[in-house]
Amino acid sequence: MQHIDPSLIDWSRAQFALTALYHWIFVPLTLGLTFIVAIMETIYIKTGNEWWKKTTKFWMGLLAINFAIGLATGIIMEFEFGTNWSNYSWIVGDIFGAPLAIEGLMAFFMESTFFAVMFFGWNKVSKRTHLLSTWLVAIGSNLSALWILIANGWMQHPVGMHFNPDTARNEMTDFWAVVFNPNAYSKFLHTISSGYVLASLFVIAISSWYLLKKRDIQFAKRSIMVAASFGLMVSLFNLTTGDESARQVALNQPMKLAAMEGLYKGQKEAEIVAFGILDPSKTLKDDKEPFLIKFAIPGGLSLLSYHSFDAYVPGIEDIVYGNKAHHIMGAAEKMQQGKKAVTALKAYKEAKKSGNAKEAEKQRAIFEANSKYMGYGYLTSPKQTVPNVPLTFYAFHTMVGFGTWFILLFIIILYLTMTNELHAHRWVLWAGVWSLPMGYIAQEAGWITAEVGRQPWAIQDMLPVGMATSNIASGSVMLTFWMFAILFTALLIAEVKIMATQINIGPKEADHV
Amino acid sequence: MIKKSLHWIFHLYYDGFTQMRTGKKLWAIMIIKVFILFVIVKWLFFPDILQEKFHTDTARSNYVLDHLTGENNATH
Repeated sequence: MQHIDPSLIDWSRAQFALTALYHWIFVPLTLGLTFIVAIMETIYIKTGNEWWKKTTKFWMGLLAINFAIGLATGIIMEFEFGTNWSNYSWIVGDIFGAPLAIEGLMAFFMESTFFAVMFFGWNKVSKRTHLLSTWLVAIGSNLSALWILIANGWMQHPVGMHFNPDTARNEMTDFWAVVFNPNAYSKFLHTISSGYVLASLFVIAISSWYLLKKRDIQFAKRSIMVAASFGLMVSLFNLTTGDESARQVALNQPMKLAAMEGLYKGQKEAEIVAFGILDPSKTLKDDKEPFLIKFAIPGGLSLLSYHSFDAYVPGIEDIVYGNKAHHIMGAAEKMQQGKKAVTALKAYKEAKKSGNAKEAEKQRAIFEANSKYMGYGYLTSPKQTVPNVPLTFYAFHTMVGFGTWFILLFIIILYLTMTNELHAHRWVLWAGVWSLPMGYIAQEAGWITAEVGRQPWAIQDMLPVGMATSNIASGSVMLTFWMFAILFTALLIAEVKIMATQINIGPKEADHV
Repeated sequence: MIKKSLHWIFHLYYDGFTQMRTGKKLWAIMIIKVFILFVIVKWLFFPDILQEKFHTDTARSNYVLDHLTGENNATH
């Protein structure tokens, strides 16, 4: 990258990562717990059993705590867009405007109306109206996430737009292409279903703790039954959406996929690594084995990525240096095209300024012909296209490993609950308790995979992060980084403390959250 | 009809807020948080750089174009 202060880029990235990771502690639980609460209330309406009303109200109380503490933590990212990422904000403004405006309106109306009916309306509206409000909160909060993930999906796979060299903005040419971006909806389904898994783990963990303490036993068993059934169903769905999400990565972000699997040299019948330890001394083209230890399934990666055992999966070296036999263009060639685009953009701007319409038209044509790889024009070495491989690899495998364990846990717990033996298996209950932090780690690992794996791009192939940052002092970004670190940590401590108090009080006092 | 609806909505919120226990603590946290975020953090530390620096979209476009073509990168 040219003339960019690396510490500014690093602090801006670190601040955004910190904000996003903290924000994502609160969001997935809200996404999932709203559905669990809605299911419990539906059972209450169907059976008329007041126990289910009490159960619903207890979990609704914990949902309220999580919602209140997490509220507005995401808005900080919008502040950062305007200050730390002003160039990026300008360039994507036209694309992000519509989804984020819809999200804002949806969130506002949902939160101010249905949330109020859900929490305050137990004795003020009919049972069915209350139930409808609870379901609308669940659906609304998930739809709210849809618009954010459409924006994120667009950055990973920009579609339905055209870069206007007069305004320096990406202008939307096809709203539906942006909305139905395959990267966006696979990401949306995978993300919300992971939230449902986390919420199921949350209910199981707290209920398991009650069973271990031999208190509120019927309440805990009833809650576990709902959470384990829901958890098993959504974790299987999460598995299929994860597969589709990875397939989209294979098609649109092959470098990310190669980093996720530690695949340096492309292969036919490429194996998928179930477990592996990377050699930290491995560098590009050094002929060393990338792994110190690995357990891999032959052909698995080819099959999952391209639905064929024979499919060639490009490795990091193929993407950096090119592979003519498999028609893969190297980063150096893309850099040449990108530099042509940047040079033509500059010449176009100058020709327009000097009123030379013919030259402007010529330069614009050159720009349009090369703009697909414009972002590569800002790189100084093909190696800059490689993300942090160990971080991407371990984050991805942590997510997948934990996700697999959750499926097994839900099956075991569901079976033991149905046979009424759960309370006799304390190790399972402890496993239920300890799986909650694992659920949070898996959530964060998923985002690390998605975001670290796509580096160095702010917008895939179009804008590297170094060009997306604002021209501000890195010291001020550093200062606000630590400010947020303190603020978010305080909020997290408040969340854990208030929730722990409420859990300790238990469902008997659930009427008074 | 409208008066009755407004009365109902008022009491939905009023009764809800007055009957809260933990909820009061949560509201206090929310209000403090929103104050810190919007009044202190946003106002003091997070100006919208392009909005503050330039008055027209053309000026903002030119600034970003200069950035993209390498004309104002040297100051980083």
